Amino acid sequence: MVAETLIAIRDLKVHFNLGGNRVVKAVDGVTLDIATGETLGLVGESGCGKSTLGRAVLRLTEPTSGQVFYRDRDLAHLSGKQLREERRHLQIIFQDPYASLNPRMTVGQIVGEPLETFRLARGREVERRVQELLETVGLSKRFIKRYPHEFSGGQRQRIGIARALAVDPDFIVADEPISALDVSIQAQIMNLLEKLRREKNLTYLFISHDLRAIRHVSDRVAVMYLGKLVEIAEAKTIYQEPLMPYTKALISAVPVPDPQIEATRQRIMLEGDVPSPINPPAGCPFHTRCPWAIDVCKEVVPQLVEIKPAHFAACVRISPKMPHIEDVPPGAAPGLD
Amino acid sequence: MSASADGALLEVRNLRTYFDTDDGVVKAVDDVSFQLQRGETLGIVGESGSGKSVTNLSIIRLIQEPPGKIVSGEVIFKGQDILSLRPAAVRKIRGRRIAMIFQDPMTSLNPFMKISKQLMEMTQLHLGHTKTQAYEHAIRMLETVGIPDARSRAGSYPHEFSGGMRQRVMIAMALSCEPELLIADEPTTALDVTIQAQILELIRKLKQETGTSVILITHDLGVVAGMTDHVIVMYAGKIFEQAKTKELFARPGNPYTKGLLRSVPDPTAEQGKLYQIPGLPPDVAHLKPGCPFAERCDRVEEICRREFPPFVELTPDHHSLCHFANEVYGG
Repeated sequence: MVAETLIAIRDLKVHFNLGGNRVVKAVDGVTLDIATGETLGLVGESGCGKSTLGRAVLRLTEPTSGQVFYRDRDLAHLSGKQLREERRHLQIIFQDPYASLNPRMTVGQIVGEPLETFRLARGREVERRVQELLETVGLSKRFIKRYPHEFSGGQRQRIGIARALAVDPDFIVADEPISALDVSIQAQIMNLLEKLRREKNLTYLFISHDLRAIRHVSDRVAVMYLGKLVEIAEAKTIYQEPLMPYTKALISAVPVPDPQIEATRQRIMLEGDVPSPINPPAGCPFHTRCPWAIDVCKEVVPQLVEIKPAHFAACVRISPKMPHIEDVPPGAAPGLD
Repeated sequence: MSASADGALLEVRNLRTYFDTDDGVVKAVDDVSFQLQRGETLGIVGESGSGKSVTNLSIIRLIQEPPGKIVSGEVIFKGQDILSLRPAAVRKIRGRRIAMIFQDPMTSLNPFMKISKQLMEMTQLHLGHTKTQAYEHAIRMLETVGIPDARSRAGSYPHEFSGGMRQRVMIAMALSCEPELLIADEPTTALDVTIQAQILELIRKLKQETGTSVILITHDLGVVAGMTDHVIVMYAGKIFEQAKTKELFARPGNPYTKGLLRSVPDPTAEQGKLYQIPGLPPDVAHLKPGCPFAERCDRVEEICRREFPPFVELTPDHHSLCHFANEVYGG
């Protein structure tokens, strides 16, 4: 990728103190670059920290440590006033279109509010801009005086997108934007986000647990497990050739809408559940469920290593010389050599 | 369907379930008929409001009345019409011969009762087990569904289990009386994908071992592809298409099914823009005459807006509700 970096996340940590020496390490040392115009898909199971990471990037949740650069300004250390200025360029779309719109405000007020807050428009101009925005997201401008409850889930998500676009942002965190929607509506919203990206040169951090959706919308995909990134690669590559065992299991678990493929597929079945983030396992966070884990995995925390060009994975049992864990001799950990 | 009615475990005939709402009468299920053979898994696919869950709640008479009402139809289970049975007789079938699992296990488990006790109630009630028998049976069931260390965990309360473990407990409960039919309503929708794979594998395995027939309600076409023998596609309270699963995916005969299949991203293929079905599902309280999908259909013609479509037989076990079913199937 030759494009310039828009967002640079450096060793970001978000720890929640529960009292009594109990700390949830929701995000635990994430480093990641997002290029201008790119859609970066962030995928993981519930509790892995993906939504917290998305919120911490925008400082909707205060990071415990680390940095987030937007262009060359460190968002994590801006004052309140400076941060508000920058927020204009950074927006978020939420999962639940029912909970994220104020039920007492009309669509016109919801979408118009950011225009007034940031003094981007006044009076008549606000209404004209709101109408434009509604049309951009595929809603009739006649809806301007209606309230959120009069709309379906998919339409509410469009209202949320219109609100995010009002300030003409560069970067949008889309946090599970299609999870609450019906299948036929999911495709509409994915296509809308893609269209907007092209037309407005937007950059997305697209967070989802839906691996099929992530594959479809993303240029690159980052996989998260218990607060850490465990693999990053181009979307196509990560589905065709996942290297880290957790990613392998995750991809093999996705049901494919094709009975012929489903009938012959071999799945990597994981034992048990994701461990509690309060007391995450020592060493590799995945070792408790990993079919390839050896003793050393219980001790050494694996780092993200560029195993193949532009393909990073965190596993001590693989290395650039031995990228495929199936080929690694039993008991060997080439990543430590 | 070609098979004779005697071979079927379940036959639903012309089922209509309506709801009275402020907005008018909602025909949630409107003239639905299908058969389920022994040992078979039938998938029912549809979006929210399509009637897939109401169909199954009607089968076991769990429709709250009012506002709901089973207006007409028959549900023949092993030769007996469940809809004409007295409530006491229905209770003997429900849980014993037909069991259900739901999307959210917490809504079906009692939060104040130990897991073991909840399992024991099932067999004490339906199979006349003594306390000891029921307890041993409960432990065996928990082991069968893969609860590690079942004996020591049986005394836990539901909130002490994870979502996936609770769904396993639900399955253990549902299967504890060896039902002939298991109805699973979105059993994995609330679960993570690696846990979903475990639960689906468990249902598959238990089905093989016990020969239980399964009705699997889901919105996920991937789950349907991997789990079912036959599929019913529902839309606006009607069956839009029914076929063998392989046939439905390979040669859909209805524009709605076709659109749905094309709008799901396929992780194994390179895709450009996703096909999207335009518009929104119809308001079932105010259906217009004609085909309920007409407004969203990409091959709509004038007749579709005027006349309700026929249920066309494409092959003896492939039917589609469409004026142009043969053309869609052929093309």
